[in-house]
Amino acid sequence: MASDTIDVTYVARLARLNLSADERAAFQSQLGQILDYVQAIRGVDVTGVEPTAHAIRVQNRFREDVTADGLAMDAILANAPQHSDSQFIVPRIVE
Amino acid sequence: MGSLNTLTVRQAVDHLEQGACSSEELVRDLLSARTALDGTIQGYLQMDGERALAEARHADADRKKGRRGRLLGVPLAVKDILNVTGQACRCGSRILDGYTAPYDATAIARLRAEGAIFVGRTNMDEFGMGSSTENSAFGPTRNPWNSACVPGGSSGGSAAVVAADMALAALGSDTGGSVRQPAAFCGCTGLKPSYGRVSRYGLVAYASSLDQIGPLTKDVDDAALLLGVMAGPDPRDSSSVEALVEDYAAACGSDLKGMKLGLPRDYFVKGLEPAVEAAIRAAIERCRELGAEVVEVSLPHTSVAIPTYYIVATAEASANLARFDGVRYGFRAEGAEDVLEVYAKTRAQGFGPEVKRRIILGTYVLSGGYHDAYYVRAQKVRTLIRRDFEDAFKTCDAILAPVAPTAAYRLGEKMADPLQMYLGDIFTVPASLAGICGLSVPCGFTPAGLPVGLQVLGPAFGESRVLRVGSAYQKSTDWHRRRPALAAEGGR
Repeated sequence: MASDTIDVTYVARLARLNLSADERAAFQSQLGQILDYVQAIRGVDVTGVEPTAHAIRVQNRFREDVTADGLAMDAILANAPQHSDSQFIVPRIVE
Repeated sequence: MGSLNTLTVRQAVDHLEQGACSSEELVRDLLSARTALDGTIQGYLQMDGERALAEARHADADRKKGRRGRLLGVPLAVKDILNVTGQACRCGSRILDGYTAPYDATAIARLRAEGAIFVGRTNMDEFGMGSSTENSAFGPTRNPWNSACVPGGSSGGSAAVVAADMALAALGSDTGGSVRQPAAFCGCTGLKPSYGRVSRYGLVAYASSLDQIGPLTKDVDDAALLLGVMAGPDPRDSSSVEALVEDYAAACGSDLKGMKLGLPRDYFVKGLEPAVEAAIRAAIERCRELGAEVVEVSLPHTSVAIPTYYIVATAEASANLARFDGVRYGFRAEGAEDVLEVYAKTRAQGFGPEVKRRIILGTYVLSGGYHDAYYVRAQKVRTLIRRDFEDAFKTCDAILAPVAPTAAYRLGEKMADPLQMYLGDIFTVPASLAGICGLSVPCGFTPAGLPVGLQVLGPAFGESRVLRVGSAYQKSTDWHRRRPALAAEGGR
């Protein structure tokens, strides 16, 4: 079965991932082969079959809405590449 | 002592309880074994010897004060994907450079509550994506049986340190075979619990509908012991289930009388290495001698399991790994002008090639116009794969199969062709997609001297059954007691 082509440059932009020219070329060919291979699922009759999102059928699970200890803010901020007071620092978003 | 590193967990517990050794002595022998062997094997990413010794002395002091615990003073190795308070958790990736875990994963917390100490972090394929541990940003781990060969993956470091007696036991995680396959390649025991059996809280997510934490051990009885401590529902993981946690140690018997074991004809196909098939066939015969009745079963959707897995897993991965953007933890690329550039540059410099490949594939199968054709369709095929197992378990109690079509291969052999690497997952991904449990036990060697693993699959939450089969098999064989020549020389 003819397979879809993948526009690696476009998909990488969706994924917020810069790729080098070498990576683009390698992925274009490797992902082309992988996509050809996964076409096999198109040959399976799935008429009337429900999709499985989780191996066990998970229902919404509820618990009492009570406060509990979480992580301290300091412990969380300590892992940030840049932070100040109680905030993560990133380059300016709004001019 | 000098060889406490060769003990199993249960033997270590006995030694400690009888006062035959201290936890400090245990850790000293592990550190010596590591010094002797890990330059070659590279199974550990990190081991803080001083800190491990301090924790061991602490456990010894606690014991003197009367503290008890099923694992008091027992040192364990941990795959670099599980959060342990105060330790780095880099998932074999550069993108988590500088991250220190501020909390314990639930599985870790439960082991710690029984007195276990966590002495080292083991190497892995970046974020669990790979089958050979060659996709680690910190270099590959080597197989203790032949250092020119891979240890399997993605929990290859955990398997290698257990096989080489550099750990008593280790934790791994299994998304599509990442505990079972390295256990098979390195000749140790590996258990993937049913999805939902062990809380995933604190396990860095690769594919959330598939990931499970599992132990890599020297025998089945140790796997049962560690599972018993880790298992059970957790309010912090809504997919962990209430299903009865059984007495897994008690399930480990010595015969298989009255058990019906299924052989899936779809797993004995072209591509299965003859030496692997011969070892599996001999193991099946041994199970028959132990009293099991062997029946043929069919898992007709096996041939589409790999395409299904690589669509479902990469789709979930592309969403899960979106959180690594250089803002909240780990590495951030220099010189970005705006916040979008922070994301794109950080991810470009922080992720390795296999992770990028899977993010691209996963983003593609979820993107507009392709979502139904790939992702939803794969989820439907997943239903059929799950039904295959439900049908099979109507006629048998557990299934016997190979873990992988080959024994360990040479480093570099499959790195140029990702699809070839994926095809090696054929016998492990179906059980992952179905959410059932699976155990890998050593069952022989190839003529080249590489270990072969027998896979025992059980229904969802049927861990007692697979442990019973594996334990009975190990009580009548000694494959699991064989050690690589390198460990025998270096560990003394």
